[in-house]
Amino acid sequence: MINHIDVSSMLRKSVCELYSNLVTRPTGAAVRCEIEQELDRIGDRALTVIDFSHVGLLDFSCADEIVAKLLLQYVSLDAPRREVYFLFRGISESHMDAIEAVLERHKLALVTQHADGGSRLVGIVDVDERSAWEIISHLGAGVSADVIEVADATGLSLERAERMLDTLWRRRLVIRHDNGYVAVGSATAPVEPMRLDA
Amino acid sequence: MTTIINVPHSLEDKSFEQVLDQVAPLPLDEKIIVDTRHARWASPYGLTALLALAQSRAERPVLYVPEAENVSHYWSRMDFFKHAAELYEIQGRVKSTKAAETSVLLEVTSISKSDDVHDVVDKIQQRAQDALVKNLNLDAKITMRFTMALSEVCQNIVEHAGRGGWVAVQTYTWRVRLGGRKVVVIAVCDPGIGFRQSLESAPGFQKRERWDDGQALEETVMRGASRFRDPGRGQGLAGVRKFVGTWDGKLSIRSGTARIAVLPKGDWDEDEPLLEDLSYFPGAQVQITIPERVA
Repeated sequence: MINHIDVSSMLRKSVCELYSNLVTRPTGAAVRCEIEQELDRIGDRALTVIDFSHVGLLDFSCADEIVAKLLLQYVSLDAPRREVYFLFRGISESHMDAIEAVLERHKLALVTQHADGGSRLVGIVDVDERSAWEIISHLGAGVSADVIEVADATGLSLERAERMLDTLWRRRLVIRHDNGYVAVGSATAPVEPMRLDA
Repeated sequence: MTTIINVPHSLEDKSFEQVLDQVAPLPLDEKIIVDTRHARWASPYGLTALLALAQSRAERPVLYVPEAENVSHYWSRMDFFKHAAELYEIQGRVKSTKAAETSVLLEVTSISKSDDVHDVVDKIQQRAQDALVKNLNLDAKITMRFTMALSEVCQNIVEHAGRGGWVAVQTYTWRVRLGGRKVVVIAVCDPGIGFRQSLESAPGFQKRERWDDGQALEETVMRGASRFRDPGRGQGLAGVRKFVGTWDGKLSIRSGTARIAVLPKGDWDEDEPLLEDLSYFPGAQVQITIPERVA
């Protein structure tokens, strides 16, 4: 199921009705806690849109608290907390400055979606991972790619392609679906809404 | 005993060293009179540092106000006297004024908690766009980045200083080095524990063979060190450094007996990257300067 979390609403709910800027570490921590409570309500397997459209300013401290620490909890190569995927929307250029800095610091990556529906992988990913993600992403809304297709398209061995897809899945950049993989971002395109809990 | 501290005519980051040279040797509980009667001009750094100076003294100091009416008016419009009245025994006539000062982006403002940073950010956003884009010919992209940098340097007080400090932002024409080019200046001053003591409070901290205020500034500003173990810490100043680099600006931070500067690529400033063995002043004093864009 696809959920939508409006970060600006979380800010007003958790910190102050009047604030529209995400600044200071305590503010970021409070907003993240509010988001986590929302995530606790939506089950163990979900795709969640984190929407920054109504956020004015995002500073580095808040980006670290909200984006990096959220990802660190749910996106881990070892034992992710739950199967929660994130898609970040409404990211402005100045938001991106702060987000890219914290992703680099923690060696994380995420998927952003633009107003035209196009998705972009940002943060720290190696060349093969990026190439595989883009191949899967270009297949279109909700279409999954299997290991053989990805190996063929990237020129990697089957074993290596499988390992890399598993890494992308553990990093919650692709979704395991129908014996294949769907890129986070393409799953939310309006053509064919996808249900993860089906 | 009471000692008179003479404040130079032009009070900014460099000339404030003359004030500190006079104050540093004195015992903390010695009464001082800060004599600004002959002051003709003060930068945001000068005004915020004067407040931090009063906070750093055990005995409430006396402030002789500027004699020149336009100077006194201007300091009033910057809200300097409003705060100074709580820290100094003020002597001399201060005229209150309600006239707005168009060059002032942010009057001298107290920072001691997270909410103060929110207030500063809300306030400056309304004024920054016009000042930076129209008056300084800077790209519109700067407004948000400028506010981010301001937020981060203010947060340093809340997170590290251990006591309240001050921020002020203003545009003015920098005649000395830029031949009349306008600049926007952020000054943030606190009399707290400073960079060295902050790093020393880190769990498991071990002093190196050479460890002083200069080293602490280099570690923090150039290498992103922080007293917190959390690897996400220390990004704020790194972001500020990147911001000043992008806009050919200058960042200088003084703490204890040292001052570090991230210098502009252009040739509008000839400062030293690191100055050591300065007169001691507690806390941290930060200045960010962004020059007008010229074709």
